[in-house]
Amino acid sequence: MSIRQSLLAILDQGPCYGYQLRTEFDRRTGSTWPVNVGQIYSTLDRLERDGLVTKAEADAEGQIYYEITAAGSTEVSDWLGSPVVRAAAARDELAIKLAIAVTLPGVDIAHVIQVQRAATLSSLQEYTRTKAATDDPESAEELAWLLVIDSLIFAAEAEVRWLDHSESRLARAVASGLATAVPLNTAVPKRGRPAKATS
Amino acid sequence: MTTLLRLDGVSMQYGKGETAVTALSGVDLSIQAGELVAVMGASGSGKSTLLTIAGGLTTPTSGEVIIEDSWLSTMSPSGIAALRRRALGFVFQDFNLVPALTAVENVALPLELDGWKHRKARSAALDALNSVELSDRADHYPDDLSGGQQQRVAIARAVVGTRRIILADEPTGALDSTTGELVLRMLRRRVDAGAGGILVTHDARHAAWADRIVFVRDGRIVDERARAGVDSLLASS
Repeated sequence: MSIRQSLLAILDQGPCYGYQLRTEFDRRTGSTWPVNVGQIYSTLDRLERDGLVTKAEADAEGQIYYEITAAGSTEVSDWLGSPVVRAAAARDELAIKLAIAVTLPGVDIAHVIQVQRAATLSSLQEYTRTKAATDDPESAEELAWLLVIDSLIFAAEAEVRWLDHSESRLARAVASGLATAVPLNTAVPKRGRPAKATS
Repeated sequence: MTTLLRLDGVSMQYGKGETAVTALSGVDLSIQAGELVAVMGASGSGKSTLLTIAGGLTTPTSGEVIIEDSWLSTMSPSGIAALRRRALGFVFQDFNLVPALTAVENVALPLELDGWKHRKARSAALDALNSVELSDRADHYPDDLSGGQQQRVAIARAVVGTRRIILADEPTGALDSTTGELVLRMLRRRVDAGAGGILVTHDARHAAWADRIVFVRDGRIVDERARAGVDSLLASS
């Protein structure tokens, strides 16, 4: 959960109040991940519950400051020092869509791939235009924004490459007669909710 | 809109009879001023052949190439060479600069070959170098320039004087990714200033700098937005 860790990392720089945290998060991530102030407060509540931050009394202006605890600081350094582990199983919607589509009769997979590639390329062009419109970064905030845009660009590129690869794999499978639909298995499943008896 | 370059039903075949190999088949493509078109495709798809035909380096088996209103099929080889010097420039993966000439001399070379006076050619070359932010390297030899700088010299050479058509074949292939991006940025800037170009690449991230992306598959231009089913896939497998 990187919002939680990100807020904690910002709090490691000094006490902040909720709205201030949202502003800090936005300017450090190029506003690419919109977070509403409600999410900020619910995250702060959980951080407080877990003993990673403490909540001060409201100051004269009514702002409630949150301060990181020693355990919170340790969690920040652990976070920065460890890799982000993505879910090991393929949960990518597109991968699942292609996997299902390839087992269905009468689905034009090549078309599915082409429609996706056109859309992904168009996003890639959009990100690139956004990047092209700005020159070299002149501040740490601009650099942070550029890193996020670059990550979107590289992810889109990877998706296009994967689609190209899938397309040629499919062409080979079609040629070798492998790309055939998987029919429904008519054997009675061993588990599952049985239909109500209708006697 | 000004059309700078047009390919009309261009086909290219190597060999004859049963052993003939079709590299391109009925390709239509046009490039406007201010437009960069990326041509993508796997190795051997015909995308580099397309570029050499577009630049008048190779004569197609059939079809027409029109560069700034000049129909190449009606011209002599020397006429085509003169048109090339005047209208377009290539940018290759390996820069292709003359090592014995300085940056500004490399950029001025096509103009001098075209009969420009030395001083006028040098002045135009300095303008072009300035447009890729390399005025301060004008008197350096290619060996003293980084890969990215050499490629920017090649871009300057492609747009020097009256040249407005840039034909780039994997221009970032020999560069690291941030230097490559800088080169694409310069290319994009020249196009936005009124040039037009074709960018041949197999890399979607580079193609994304273009206004339009087309695919070459088995010698044909495939429009990704058009419906193409398994039939076409079968035909290409």
